[in-house]
Amino acid sequence: MQQTGRIRLILNDEDIVLDDVPATGTLLDWLRLRRRLTGTKEGCAEGDCGACTVLVGRLLDGDLVYESVNACIRLLGSLNATHVVTVEHLAAPDGALHPVQQALVDHHGSQCGFCTPGFVMSLYGLWLASDRPGRPEIEKALQGNLCRCTGYEPIVAAAEAVAATRPSAVFDPIERTRADVKEKLAALAPRQTIRMGEVGNRVVIPADVGALAEVLAAEPKATLVAGCTDVGLWVTKQMRALDPVVFINHLQELQAIERSDGGLTIGAGVTYTQAFAALCEMVPALRPLIDRIGGAQVRNMGTIGGNIANGSPIGDTPPPLIALGATLALRATAGRRELPLEDYFIEYGRQDRRPGEFVESLFVPAPAADDRFAVYKLSKRRDEDISALCGAFRIALDHAGTVTYARLCFGGMAGTPKRATHVEAALRGKPWTEATIVAAAMAFEQDYTPLSDWRATAAYRMLAARNLLMRFYLETTGETAQLHRFEEVA
Amino acid sequence: MDKSAFEERKTISAPMHASLRHDSAHKHVAGSADYIDDMPEPEGTLHAALGMSDRAHAEIVSMDLSAVRTAPGVVWVMTGADVPGHNDISPTGRHDEPVLAEGRVEFHGQPVFAVIAESREAARKAARLAKIEYRDLPHWTEVTDTLENGATLVTDPLTLSRGDADAALAASPRTISGEMRIGGQDHFYLEGHIALAIPGEDDDVTVWSSTQHPSEVQHMVGHALGVPSNAVTVQVRRMGGGFGGKETQSNQFAAIAAIAAKKLKRAVKFRPDRDEDMTTTGKRHDFLVAYETGFDEEGRIQAVKANYAARCGFSSDLSGPVTDRALFHADNAYFYPNVRLTSQPLKTNTVSNTAFRGFGGPQGMVGGERIIEEIAYALGKDPLEIRKANFYGEPGSDRVLTPYHQPVEDNIVARIVDELDHSSDYKARRRAIIDFNAKSRVIRKGIALTPVKFGISFTATWYNQAGALVHVYQDGSIHLNHGGTEMGQGLFTKVAQVLADAFQVDIATVKITATTTAKVPNTSATAASSGSDLNGMAAFDAARQIKERLVAFAAEKWGVSPDDVAFVPHHVRIGETLVPFADFIKQAYMARVQLSAAGFYKTPKIHWDRAKGMGSPFYYFAYGAAVSEVSIDTLTGEYQVDRVDILHDVGRSLNPAIDKGQVEGAFVQGMGWLTTEELWWDDKGRLRTHAPSTYKIPLASDRPKIFNVRLAEWSENAEPTIGRSKAVGEPPFMLAISVLEALSMAVASVADYRHCPRLDAPATPERVLMAVERLRGM
Repeated sequence: MQQTGRIRLILNDEDIVLDDVPATGTLLDWLRLRRRLTGTKEGCAEGDCGACTVLVGRLLDGDLVYESVNACIRLLGSLNATHVVTVEHLAAPDGALHPVQQALVDHHGSQCGFCTPGFVMSLYGLWLASDRPGRPEIEKALQGNLCRCTGYEPIVAAAEAVAATRPSAVFDPIERTRADVKEKLAALAPRQTIRMGEVGNRVVIPADVGALAEVLAAEPKATLVAGCTDVGLWVTKQMRALDPVVFINHLQELQAIERSDGGLTIGAGVTYTQAFAALCEMVPALRPLIDRIGGAQVRNMGTIGGNIANGSPIGDTPPPLIALGATLALRATAGRRELPLEDYFIEYGRQDRRPGEFVESLFVPAPAADDRFAVYKLSKRRDEDISALCGAFRIALDHAGTVTYARLCFGGMAGTPKRATHVEAALRGKPWTEATIVAAAMAFEQDYTPLSDWRATAAYRMLAARNLLMRFYLETTGETAQLHRFEEVA
Repeated sequence: MDKSAFEERKTISAPMHASLRHDSAHKHVAGSADYIDDMPEPEGTLHAALGMSDRAHAEIVSMDLSAVRTAPGVVWVMTGADVPGHNDISPTGRHDEPVLAEGRVEFHGQPVFAVIAESREAARKAARLAKIEYRDLPHWTEVTDTLENGATLVTDPLTLSRGDADAALAASPRTISGEMRIGGQDHFYLEGHIALAIPGEDDDVTVWSSTQHPSEVQHMVGHALGVPSNAVTVQVRRMGGGFGGKETQSNQFAAIAAIAAKKLKRAVKFRPDRDEDMTTTGKRHDFLVAYETGFDEEGRIQAVKANYAARCGFSSDLSGPVTDRALFHADNAYFYPNVRLTSQPLKTNTVSNTAFRGFGGPQGMVGGERIIEEIAYALGKDPLEIRKANFYGEPGSDRVLTPYHQPVEDNIVARIVDELDHSSDYKARRRAIIDFNAKSRVIRKGIALTPVKFGISFTATWYNQAGALVHVYQDGSIHLNHGGTEMGQGLFTKVAQVLADAFQVDIATVKITATTTAKVPNTSATAASSGSDLNGMAAFDAARQIKERLVAFAAEKWGVSPDDVAFVPHHVRIGETLVPFADFIKQAYMARVQLSAAGFYKTPKIHWDRAKGMGSPFYYFAYGAAVSEVSIDTLTGEYQVDRVDILHDVGRSLNPAIDKGQVEGAFVQGMGWLTTEELWWDDKGRLRTHAPSTYKIPLASDRPKIFNVRLAEWSENAEPTIGRSKAVGEPPFMLAISVLEALSMAVASVADYRHCPRLDAPATPERVLMAVERLRGM
């Protein structure tokens, strides 16, 4: 393949130019093996433990934002025009620790120390993002970091101490270079498609969406990579050879969020973090789910398009989006087409995506003002876990309290995210009463035949699905029917 | 010297009992603490990866490794036949655990061959190319299957017996029998296993190993290579967590790396991927406890009979002592007038289970606490009342003998529990919770106060020895080395404090060095919470020897009585003369005083006759208690831990900050074991929870919302341990049993507390919901 262009980025305070990026090379391996920056650790190589957390700065709508990411699954080819900041960059030149580091020392926040650089980086990310984070924000920022020694108490205490005192006159390695870095990154955005590597090991970074469509037309088996949160594991766990790898996380056209009266259009490349901010504005009831998808690092990388495109039966966004009636836009060189999101999922492992097509955007209609909507996720561990099941409920009632509209969708109950059409039918036209709920809940057996696996047995899934319908009902009556760790979820 | 500086020098920076921070804390946060994978690799370092069985139990019919050998970057493919010495790493000498399986595989994921390649990626990719033909054999992975299919044991069982349990059961006013399943646990140390072997001349090899037991790695590498121990040096500066998972499980990686390094004459690094680590290394034992108890209407226990059947995996590893320790703790803090406890260490077609913080003790104790719960629900009483009625008596009373016939002579459990009962406002909160539950439809709460009594010492009595090597250099700086290993628990910090205190110098004067078999030989595993007890005393002994020589030198040179020589902060006081420490050392050197010493310590008093089930295996006991309050959602089984209060006994703490960290960390780890951490094998015998995506340890947002942890400041070890401190690594792990019991109470509320919910562990949301359903139907 003709090499065109090179990958350019900033690593800590060094400008980097790369022309030999392996298609499946990870940021972590590059840092540790090629740059000898060994402060960033590999704990799991699947984006769950956070020992590899680094910050990545990128331009977003003209702003320079820094977000925590998992270096272990982040592919190096996705880092063009970014600023990568590792733990080695935090201390001042005289060795003085950054306040988040010093607070961890002062509060005995490290024991074995292996997870510590990751915690430092997550807390530094929080330091940049929030002036005075409270306990809910701190815990949320640490959802993607595992510690096996401390029990977290001293780590949270350190974070709270930093938030309370917010030492001001400190050396801050990012703030000090913000203007420079912003200017540099703006100059690094690709003007033309970057291609490198030989067949079997090719990297393509299309200049725009048109170029992406052309690449896909020529290479329909190309692997599209946006956030790396799924594909990263194909590399680190399955040792899959991918060729070519086409990186799309930088494409501005896929990152647009457009608000209209009818709803919200979200580009497929918008990260969870950005997409959720907009979605929760429109549908606040999504917040509790969204705060429980992955950890901050995964939400900063993963995209809503990827969560849908990969067709997982346990992806967390499709159930609520289907309940809300979302539609999907697919694009190819031949043009665009739209379809209801629920029709995209044909069966386990099969989606309605034709050769050469890619998911371009998602439209989420605004629910009617008096629609009742809720989404509930059940998992073994509350945060940063994959759903055993996830149920979304939306109903409308008339003045008499009769159900006029019902749309329920579950993940984890079938080979795809799937609506509970029999339950919907059993609710429609009935009074919104406990008796209706009890009767309708029996219809779940007609809708689903769930599996047993390590996340839950079929019996639990079925029972819990029924009970979630009861929870939905009870909550509409004002009953407390679920646990909240904090009164006000941040 | 100005006045303030002079004042300051009247003290030292970190004597014993001071809350000094971890010696590596600054390096941890700066990312400059080196773990083995962070060390610069010798030029030409090769990398290893495992080829693993995809059958739970099968004969190997044929192995075609040609595609592996010809894969890019592959240098060598090693099988069991290539092991030059013994293809065996059984830590107890039972010869039941091969480095690489030959002829037969006994668990899904068992290492069958190893690939050595130019890069880790090349080795991992090549390992997938093997074609192995198997003939399947029947496999049993679950304890219940195994019990129904011959119940083969991996090692000798133990019986502990006192009085006549059968007769006492028959005579008891009330009896209950039941079963409890207790799940295992993966260690999930954040740093996975790793070994880096560097070949030397002759038979020599140096292995950097992430291990809690360098001497055993040394022994096993020598055994596998067929060379004497003196050819093998094993070193480790720090581990990224151990928790027992690196007591014996490091052997395999070290042996493979060392064999390949010697064969290929190049350094070989072996760092398995997290999934491979979790698949091929042992875990905490799962247990099925069958119990029977007799008691009176006041809830006083008359008799206990229990059988502890354990999933040990395919080989014995440490399952003998682990299942023994389960029995040693089946009494927890309670006197059983008549008792018969038996262990059943079952052979299963799973990875061989191993040491994990508490070493069987937690499972033993959970079983004992279930019996208390049964009695409480049967009598409609607060379980705390039953606990108090059954505590061991004061020394000298007729209620002090354990099932292994050791009297409990340092009992402080009643004082701890009473203090915590009051400080946590347990009784009022329990009443409030019962009121709340009566009014709340979906959300229910529970509260439980559970005690811990944990025996300290290795039950393998010969393990209770330690060595230290201390040098004082002529500039007055001190080099500290001992046989203990640092895995985050702060051992190095504590032992450095012992030395700083002994010589009355600042902690910065003491250089902590990597553990190596070349400096201190024949060490024991850093395990059984014994690290500070053993190595602190060994270092203290080394300091004592050097100080004795220095005192003799000073007495002679200055012409004073040895009684007039004292080590004071930064100085030695000789009669009326105050000599700065460094100057004094320089003079001692010039006078040819030996400034180096090998210290040694062995725990006194202990003895144990396993065949008779009698003795005094423990030097002393550590105590503690916790109150946990939880909420559950009776529609989904979800729960949260609302508040935890802990009062824990570490004797006179060597370092309260580090000890508090151990208590908090152990509690949360124990809570994970009993709640969300679930090991799940499929019908092919394949472990499906082998990564953090599927195996869920607690997060920051799972820790108790309110977490009050106190050390019992009034406590002092009755035995003359280092600084009268007590071991802390394991005992607080079991404080988390209070979470399981609080969940149980919340479940019991749906049937008005009439039935013991028999909530098994781990109490996942599913188990909680299913228990709720079961009770609703009763």
